[in-house]
Amino acid sequence: MSALLKVRDLHVDIPLAAGVLHAVRGVDFSVDRGQTLSLVGESGCGKSLSVLAVMNLLPKKATWHANTIAFDGQELDGVSEWQMANIRGSKMAMIFQEPMTALNPCYTIGNQLEEALLRHQPVSRNKARDRAVYLLEKVGITAADSRLKQYPHQLSGGLRQRVMIAMGLMCGPPLIIADEPTTALDVTIQAQILALLASLQKEFDMGMILITHDLGVVARMADSVAVMYCGQVVETGRAIELFENPLHPYTQGLLRCIPVPGKTKPGEHLGSIPGIVPTPIGEQTGCVFQNRCSYVTDDCTSAKIGLARISAGRAYRCLLRPKVSQKNMSESQAI
Amino acid sequence: MNTEISVPFKDISFPTPRQMTLRQARRHKGFLLGSSVLLLIIIMALLAPLLAPHDPYDQNLSKRLTPPVWHAKGTWDHPLGTDNLGRDYLSRLMYGARISLIIGVAAMLISGVIGTTMGVLAGFFGGRVDMVVNAMITTRLALPIMLVALAVVALVGGSLQIVVLVLGLMIWNRFALVMRASTQQLRSMDYVSAAKAAGCSTPRIILTEVMPNIMNNLIVVATLEITRAILIEASLSFLGMGVQPPLPSWGLMVAEAKGFMLFSPWMIAIPGAAIFILVLSINLLGDGIRDITAPEGRS
Amino acid sequence: MLVYTGKRIVLALLVAVTVSFISFMILNLSGDPAIALAGADATPEEIKFVREKYGLDRPILVQYIEWAGRAIQGNFGESPYFNQPVKDIIGDRIGVTLILGLCAFLFAVCLAIPLGVIAAIRPNTWIDRTALTISVFGQAMPNFFFGLILIIVFGVILRWLPISGGESWRHFIMPAIALGYYGSPALMRLTRTGMMEVLASDYIRTARSKGLRPGPVLFKHALRNAIIPVVSLAFVLFGYMLGGAFVIEYVFAVNGVGFLAVRSIERADLPVVQAIILLLSFIYVTMTLLSDILNAYLDPRIRVK
Repeated sequence: MSALLKVRDLHVDIPLAAGVLHAVRGVDFSVDRGQTLSLVGESGCGKSLSVLAVMNLLPKKATWHANTIAFDGQELDGVSEWQMANIRGSKMAMIFQEPMTALNPCYTIGNQLEEALLRHQPVSRNKARDRAVYLLEKVGITAADSRLKQYPHQLSGGLRQRVMIAMGLMCGPPLIIADEPTTALDVTIQAQILALLASLQKEFDMGMILITHDLGVVARMADSVAVMYCGQVVETGRAIELFENPLHPYTQGLLRCIPVPGKTKPGEHLGSIPGIVPTPIGEQTGCVFQNRCSYVTDDCTSAKIGLARISAGRAYRCLLRPKVSQKNMSESQAI
Repeated sequence: MNTEISVPFKDISFPTPRQMTLRQARRHKGFLLGSSVLLLIIIMALLAPLLAPHDPYDQNLSKRLTPPVWHAKGTWDHPLGTDNLGRDYLSRLMYGARISLIIGVAAMLISGVIGTTMGVLAGFFGGRVDMVVNAMITTRLALPIMLVALAVVALVGGSLQIVVLVLGLMIWNRFALVMRASTQQLRSMDYVSAAKAAGCSTPRIILTEVMPNIMNNLIVVATLEITRAILIEASLSFLGMGVQPPLPSWGLMVAEAKGFMLFSPWMIAIPGAAIFILVLSINLLGDGIRDITAPEGRS
Repeated sequence: MLVYTGKRIVLALLVAVTVSFISFMILNLSGDPAIALAGADATPEEIKFVREKYGLDRPILVQYIEWAGRAIQGNFGESPYFNQPVKDIIGDRIGVTLILGLCAFLFAVCLAIPLGVIAAIRPNTWIDRTALTISVFGQAMPNFFFGLILIIVFGVILRWLPISGGESWRHFIMPAIALGYYGSPALMRLTRTGMMEVLASDYIRTARSKGLRPGPVLFKHALRNAIIPVVSLAFVLFGYMLGGAFVIEYVFAVNGVGFLAVRSIERADLPVVQAIILLLSFIYVTMTLLSDILNAYLDPRIRVK
């Protein structure tokens, strides 16, 4: 079975006064139907821009190109904006980070929900309304009927995010992209929204791309993971494998930052990754992580480092695999 | 663990904020054009006694209505021609720049002091002070300012001082509005709270924490108000109720030329264009300052 | 919504009363109205006569209260120059000014809003630069000078349009353009920046993520939001343009309220000037009030609590 979405060698460039900002530099990932792929990385690593490029929703200044962006067997690179608009919303939908600003303040929830369906399917307004009520109930909003007449500012952040999710589901898309859907919400609401997303994904058998910087979320939700750093995927694999045996020094560093219940002792220092992310402006030779990596060698600063595949779907971008993974093994034994 | 940070992109240097501002200023075409034209006008006004070819008040009826030099009947003796009383137009234009600049700057200073005080106090203290200031601004906006100024100048008698005073007392509204909004924004900033917590006195907080941060906005408003004062003075003088003859106010020159519109349209065009160019250069300068000092700049 | 409107109306009335008081004081204290009326070369007896005839010898507050009391009933006294009720003099001319104001307003709106929108959609293109140039020129151009240029070009050189008076609709073309051009830069700038801000907003991206076409995104989602502050400003601007119309009326000799105001100031016809100032304030206050109410109506965040 071929992947629902397959992205190969995606680049996003943003021309700035100081030079071209290479926000995304040759990213690969793919999602299958019914599976969740998590894009993980810190702010500015290019994870949001990657999916915006897939949706062709990048800011005007940014340009993108890719070897392949295949969606359901259809190549999206080169598809006109006119055709792309037919795919957006109906075939792939997106849930954004900021539920407070992502809804138009001038229109009712009902209007904005119905619009998503009416745009793509020749149904009556009443049918669209029924669908909106059905989905609002699905996402756990009570009194859905009366909510339709409300304006976004009358709802709390958690409710708005539920509305956003319902809006994404209006056409029953095979792929849903959630860009940090819980970042702006209270912690208690976060858990509810994530659980909701997970159950809806199973129920409607959708592929999902979940963008997050929270490894805890990844562990709970993702089938596979792509760890991004400075515009590149530095490691990818099945979630379980990646968590058990991280191969890239950056992934290892990230995992060390998380306390493990039962393993991290009280008062013990959590890990941190020293240094700062290099500027993504201009060209870079060698490894993107070289200035923060504790295993750095001369080769790391000059060689061109590709993704090394070790099994289906498992790959990483580092020259030092044997040394790194051994070190890692000894460390995990030490714990 | 190796904590040293190496910068992989050695060719990129990070300029200081001042360097950034200068760099942006040098690239901003409007700013450059506006500031250089304005500089020329200021030099012309300051050095008018040296540069002017004739006395601006010298009448020579035998040479009245001489056209400018580019005209077939023009002479280099009067490069921009003469008016209906035979006064040299170029000289009058140069001296007129003084009037526009003095009125613009002086009225701006008066209204700036009034408006900034009101705005900063309202924004900083809020509550009742804010209510009172707000009411004053609303009332001021509801007064048809041009008409009131016209009436007052007509009743009191037009002179440079009166025009400056009337304008200064009337156009403080934008200062007050902008300063009020900026101060309100600042009031809730952490560093202002920090200064309060550190026990700084209110005047000290206003002078050292608030004022420096609203300075950019203040300068932009100031340029706008200078042009507003210049334009209103020109209109008042054009209607014959601003600066009085024989002073060479540009607005007055247009008014005097109005009767000769049919055969000597250049008489209107020259002082009118002068007002336009002066106001345009100050506006470009103000827009430039706004763009350059805006935190995110303008691409 | 009703409470909101009520509050606004009370506030507007308060402002109108304050304005009337201030303008009365300014006019009556700026000089001696009796001398102004009797003329500069009048004898002391003549001045005394005028002062008593118009009640100018009484305390200023008494004069104000009496004037305000009559003004509320629509009686603004009699003009010493025309020997006619001020109400009739203004009534004869207000129509012309309103027509001129309305035409100018329409011109400003039709010029500024489409240009502002297009400039925002296509920033840094020739059309954006044209819009910017038009607005920068409009801000720097003294309106009397612009009026005179129009007269010289279209009235004197090309002879397409009449240069003064207000007898036919053709007389209104140039004054309306001159006055409207003066109001358009503010409107254009607000439209452009508002539209750009809205276009960069998250909900526009949401609308696009639903697959909406550029048309609905622009007209349904963007314009609906960006237009709210523009509508507010437009109303205020209308009041403001009427307040500044007198220069244009003077240039084109349009026999409206503004022209009357200039002439009355020259003639020291204070009752007329006073009434016109009050009228213009009243129009401005009404426009602000309407703009607030319309703003609340257009913005669900204010309308629906």
